Amino acid sequence: MTVELSLTRDPAHLRHGSNIGQPMTRTDGVLKVTGKARYAADNHPPGMVYAVIATSCIARGRVKSLDVAAAKRHPGVIDVMTPAHKPELAEDPDAKGNPFAFRMELLQSDAVRYANQAIAVVIAETLEAATEGAALLSPRYQVEIARVGLDAGEAYAPPVVGIGNPAEVRHGDIDAGMAAAAKLTDATYETPAQYHNAMEPHAIVAVWDGDRLFIDTPSQGMGFAQMRVAGLFGIPPANIHINSPFLGGGFGSKGLISGPQVLGIMAAKLIGRPVKLVLRRSQMYGPVGHRPPTRQRIRIGTDDAGTLTVINHEARITTSSFDDFYEPAADASHTLYASPAIRTAHEAVRVDTGTPLFMRAPGEATGSIVLESAIDEAAFARGIDPLEFRLKNYAEVEPTTGKPFSSKALRQCYAKAAERFGWAGRPLLPKQMRDEYGFLVGWGMGTATFPAIMFQGNARAVIRADGRGVMETGAHDMGQGAWTALAQISADSLGLDFDQLTFRSGSSDLPDAGIAGGSGHTATVGAAIHNAGAAVIAKLAELATADQRSPLFGAGNAGVVARSGRLHRRDDDARSESYADILARAGIAELDGTGSGAADAAAQSQYAMHAHGAVFAEVKVDPQLGQIRATRLVGAFAAGRIINPLMVRSQLYGGMIWGLSFALHEEAVMDRRSGRILNANLAEYHVPVNADVPPMDVITVDEHDPHVNPLGIKGVGEIGITGSAGAVANAVFHATGIRVRNFPIKIEEVVMGLAG
Amino acid sequence: MMNFDYVRPANVADAIAAASEKGASYLASGTNLLDLMKGGVSRPSRLVDVTRLPGLDRIERLADGSLRIGTLVRNADLAHDAEFARTYPAVAEALLSGASAQLRNAATVGGNLMQRTRCAYFYDAGSACNRRWPGAGCDALQGENRLHAVLGWSEGCIATHPSDFCVPLVALDAIVEIEGKSGRRELPLEALHRLPGETPERETALERGDLIVALRLPAEAKDFAGHARYVKVRERTSYAFAVVSAAAALRIEHGKIREARLGLGGVAAKPWRAREAEQVLAGAAPDAAVYSEAARAALSDAKPSGDNAFKIELAQRILVRALTLAAAGTPDRIPALPGSPFSSVAGA
Ligand SMILES: Cc1cc2nc3c(=O)[nH]c(=O)nc-3n(C[C@H](O)[C@H](O)[C@H](O)COP(=O)(O)OP(=O)(O)OC[C@H]3O[C@@H](n4cnc5c(N)ncnc54)[C@H](O)[C@@H]3O)c2cc1C
Ligand code: SF4
Repeated sequence: MTVELSLTRDPAHLRHGSNIGQPMTRTDGVLKVTGKARYAADNHPPGMVYAVIATSCIARGRVKSLDVAAAKRHPGVIDVMTPAHKPELAEDPDAKGNPFAFRMELLQSDAVRYANQAIAVVIAETLEAATEGAALLSPRYQVEIARVGLDAGEAYAPPVVGIGNPAEVRHGDIDAGMAAAAKLTDATYETPAQYHNAMEPHAIVAVWDGDRLFIDTPSQGMGFAQMRVAGLFGIPPANIHINSPFLGGGFGSKGLISGPQVLGIMAAKLIGRPVKLVLRRSQMYGPVGHRPPTRQRIRIGTDDAGTLTVINHEARITTSSFDDFYEPAADASHTLYASPAIRTAHEAVRVDTGTPLFMRAPGEATGSIVLESAIDEAAFARGIDPLEFRLKNYAEVEPTTGKPFSSKALRQCYAKAAERFGWAGRPLLPKQMRDEYGFLVGWGMGTATFPAIMFQGNARAVIRADGRGVMETGAHDMGQGAWTALAQISADSLGLDFDQLTFRSGSSDLPDAGIAGGSGHTATVGAAIHNAGAAVIAKLAELATADQRSPLFGAGNAGVVARSGRLHRRDDDARSESYADILARAGIAELDGTGSGAADAAAQSQYAMHAHGAVFAEVKVDPQLGQIRATRLVGAFAAGRIINPLMVRSQLYGGMIWGLSFALHEEAVMDRRSGRILNANLAEYHVPVNADVPPMDVITVDEHDPHVNPLGIKGVGEIGITGSAGAVANAVFHATGIRVRNFPIKIEEVVMGLAG
Repeated sequence: MMNFDYVRPANVADAIAAASEKGASYLASGTNLLDLMKGGVSRPSRLVDVTRLPGLDRIERLADGSLRIGTLVRNADLAHDAEFARTYPAVAEALLSGASAQLRNAATVGGNLMQRTRCAYFYDAGSACNRRWPGAGCDALQGENRLHAVLGWSEGCIATHPSDFCVPLVALDAIVEIEGKSGRRELPLEALHRLPGETPERETALERGDLIVALRLPAEAKDFAGHARYVKVRERTSYAFAVVSAAAALRIEHGKIREARLGLGGVAAKPWRAREAEQVLAGAAPDAAVYSEAARAALSDAKPSGDNAFKIELAQRILVRALTLAAAGTPDRIPALPGSPFSSVAGA
C-alpha cells in the first residue's frame, strides 16, 4: 500500500533533529580512503574485454577512411566497431524524444561534428591492444572549415534557454528605466568554455544476458539513463540494471548518459562479451558536455540616489551545430536586485563543438560573475560602497515576478559575512591598500543565489520484525555525501537511531530517485524518504494504538511519537513500546511504505524559492609582476535546513573554490582554426591547486522555510560558485584599479595595466 | 599502446649500445616521455631504461671544488639535500618551484634537462609541427601563442623550453657530462639546447645514443650562494609551468656587484643566459636604476612571436625583481612557495 502524504504537512509523530542536523562524518569515508569503494571502472566481470574509442582530430567534416585491417591485425584486437559494423539500434540517436534526449554520436554516420567525437571503437583483450588498435586506424578526413568561437556565425534567438525558460524576459518599462538613469554602466564581459573534468572519467562496464543488461557506470540520473538506453536498444527499462554506488564527481556531466557510455554497451552487444570502456581525460573534452563561452553586455542604470532604474542583461552563447542547449546566462539578473525594469535576452551561435550541457550552476555561474562585476562597477560609478549599494537595492520580493520569497535571510548573510571579513572601513577607491610587503590588496564582494529546485523521487521504507529499519532509494552520491545525509533523514523519518538503519542506494533496482542535479537531490529524495518513513510509522502506530494489549492503546495516530525504535505516548512518555514488540504481537514479518517527493506546485506558484548568500574576497596582487593570489574568502549562506553541517560546509567550500577558479584560472583553450582543444588535460586546464586556495570561512545562516518542502531544504551544491567568482574579480579591481572583463583574469591584462 | 622493446641495461656501455639504434629512446622516470607516448607524439620502438644504471645517483663534491650530480638523482632529493640547497639556493628554489611534489620525487636530472617543450601543438598529434615532423609547418605561429618565445625564435618554431631547473643552472655555467659511442665528452649546459633556426627538430646537441651521465657545477658557482634567487610567474601558485622566470646570482663585494649571473626561463627554446645584462651589472652599485638598465639590455633583441608582447615587459620586470631579491640576500631557508613572487610573505 502506498501512502502519499501532503508535502507541506509535518506528520505529527515526526521529530527531526536526532540525526538530521548532526555533523556526522561520511558513512562511506573509510571505504573511500582505503580504496574499497568500488567505482564503475573497478569492476572486472569474468570474460571482460576492453573497448577504446578512436576520436576525431578534426572538428567538422567526414571520415573518408579507417584502416580497420591494420587495427584488426594488431595482436589482441577482437573487433572494430565502425558505422559499417555495429549492432542495430532501435532508435535513431539523433531523435529528440524529449527535451532531455540530447543527440549523441553512436557511429550512425561518417560525419564529424566536433573534435574528440567518437569515430570508431576498438575492442581488444587488453587495454594496451585496444589503445594501439585505435591509433592504427589512421583516419583520413574530408575536412571542412570549423566554426569556432562567439563570432563564428550568424546569431539567432534560441527558442528557449536552460530548461524551458524564455530566451527573453521583460519586466517593467525598459525604455523608461534607461531614460531615468542618471548614470548608466554599460559593460561587455566574456567568459570562456569550461569542461566539467570530474576526477573520475566516464566509465562503463556492460554485461548483456539475453535481453537483460547490467551496467556499472557513474550516473547522476539512473532513471533517465534507463529510459534512454531502453529506447536505443529496444528493451524494457526494467531489463536494465544500473549500478552506480559512487561517482568521482559529475558536476552535471553524468546527469544524462553520454554517447561514449552507450558505445560501451554497443561494443558488449557486438561481441557478446562483457566490455569495459573508460574515457581518457582528453576524450572528456567533447562528448560529455561543457559550459559554453559567453559574451554578455549588461547595462545598469541608477538614479542620483543610487537606486536601480534598469538592468538590461544580454548574453551571446554558443551551442553545437546539431543540437540545442542554451546556457541561460542572463537569467542571473532575474532575482537579486530590485530594479523597476529588468530585461534579459539571449542569442546563440552555432559552432563545431559537442553540445554544451548543464555544468555546475549552468547559467547561474556565467551570469553571476558578470552581474556581480557590473553591480560593482555601478556602485563604483556612484561612489557607493558595494555592500551599501546592494542593500539599497535589496529585493524584498522577486523583482521579475513580484512574488514574495518563501524565505530569504540574505540581509543576515551580508551582515554576518561582512562582519567576519572585516569589511567596514574599506576604502571606496581602488589601489589604496598595501600589505607590509608592498603587495596591492583588494577587497571585493558578490551576492550568491540559486533557485530551490525539486525533481521527482521515490523511496521505500521497511520496518523489520527485529525492529530495525531499511530505507531504499536509487539516489546518487557524487561525493557530496548522499550516503550520509539521506541516511540521516531516513533514520529520523523512521524514528530510529542511526545504527538501527540500513540504507540502500545507488542502484536502479531501487525506487527511482530522480536526478542528482539542480542542487535538488537532498530536497527531493529527502522528501520522498520523509514520506516513506511516515507511511510506515503511520501503519505501525495504527497497529499499536488499535491493540488493547499495547500500552499505546487508544492514543490515536497523532498521539504517538517515534524515537529510537519505539513508539511513545505523546501525553505520557513513559508509556512506550518497541517496533519489534508491536510487529511480533501482530504477527507481521515486516511493514513497508513508500513515499515520493516533488515540488509543491501550489507553493511554487505563490512563492519565489531561492537560497542566498554573500561572499567576500581578499586578493593580493604583485604591483610589478601582476601575479594574483586570493588570500581570504568568507561566505555566509542561507539555504534552508542544514541536514549535515560537515557535508554542507564541504559543498560550499567546493563551490567557492570553483568561483575562484572561474575568476582566475579555468578556461578551455581552443585553436581558432581547427576547433581542437589545446589544453585537454589537467596539467594545462588549470583549476586551483591547494596552494591557490586561501583560508576560507563558511557561515550558515539559519533559515526556517515552511514552504519549499516538508523538511525545509533548499540545496547547497551550486550556490557557492555564484557570488564567489564576482567577489574575487571585484577584489582584483579593488587591488589594482584594472577592470578585467575577460575571464579568467590573465596575467597580461593585469601586468600591462600596472605601472611596473 | 604500441608495442616496443624494453631493455634495462646493466651498465652505461650497454645502454649506449642499446640506444644507438634508430627509434630507441632513453627512459628515465618517464614523467614526460610516457605522456608523449600515450598521446602518440613519441613512438619509440625501444625504451632503454636507465634508472637502474649503477653509480649515476650520487651527489659528489670533487677535489677542485666543483659538484657532480649523477643523472639519476631525483629532483626532490637534490633540492632537499641541505648542503646543496645552502650552496646553490637558486637552483634548489627553481627545482622546488617546478611541477608537483609527486613529479619531483620521480623526475631525474637528465630527464629534466631533456624534457620537451610544452607547446600545445607539439603535444597535439593532429597539428602541424616542425619539431615533430620537419617541414610540416608550425601551427603555433598563427595559433594560440601567448606563452611562446620572445627570444631566439624562428619562423620554423616559436616554442620555449619549459624547465625551471635549467634556468639557474645556465646562469651558473653548469656543465653536462655525456657518454656516447665515441666516449665521454662535456658540454656547457648553454650549448645543450639549440635554438630552432632552420632545423627545429634538432632540439639538443646530443647525438643518437648519447647519454647524459652527470651535471657539474663549477667551483665558482659556490661564490654566489649569498645572493641568489629564482622568481617564477605562473598561472597558478603551484603545479604550473613558468609564464616567464628569472634566476639572478650576484657576487657583491664592498657594496659593488663584482659579478652577476642571470638566466631567463619561458622566453626561448633554451634556458636563456642574459650576458648583456650581466655586463651592465658588473662593477655597478646594486640599485634599481642599474637593474632596469640590465633588464632592458637582456631583452633588447626580444620580439613577440604572437600574442605575447607582454612577456617582453614581464621578463624585464622579473629580472629586476630577481636582482632586487638576490641583492637583498638569500633567505635562510627556501620559502614555502618557492619561486613565487609571494614567497616573501611571512607564512605564505
Ligand atoms: C603535469 C606536469 C607539470 C610539470 N611542471 C613542471 C614545471 O613547472 N617545471 C619544470 O621544470 N618541469 C615541469 N614538469 C616536467 C618535469 O620536470 C619533467 O617531466 C621531468 O623532469 C622529466 O624527468 P624524467 O626523469 O621523468 O624524464 P623522462 O620522461 O624519463 O625523460 C624525458 C626525456 O629525457 C630523455 N632522457 C632522460 N634521461 C636522459 C639521459 N640521462 N640522457 C639523455 N636523455 C635522457 C628521455 O629520452 C626523454 O626524451 C612537469 C611535468 C608534468 C607532467
Ligand atoms: S612552435 Fe615549435 S613545437 Fe610548437 S608547433 Fe611550432 S614547430 Fe611545433
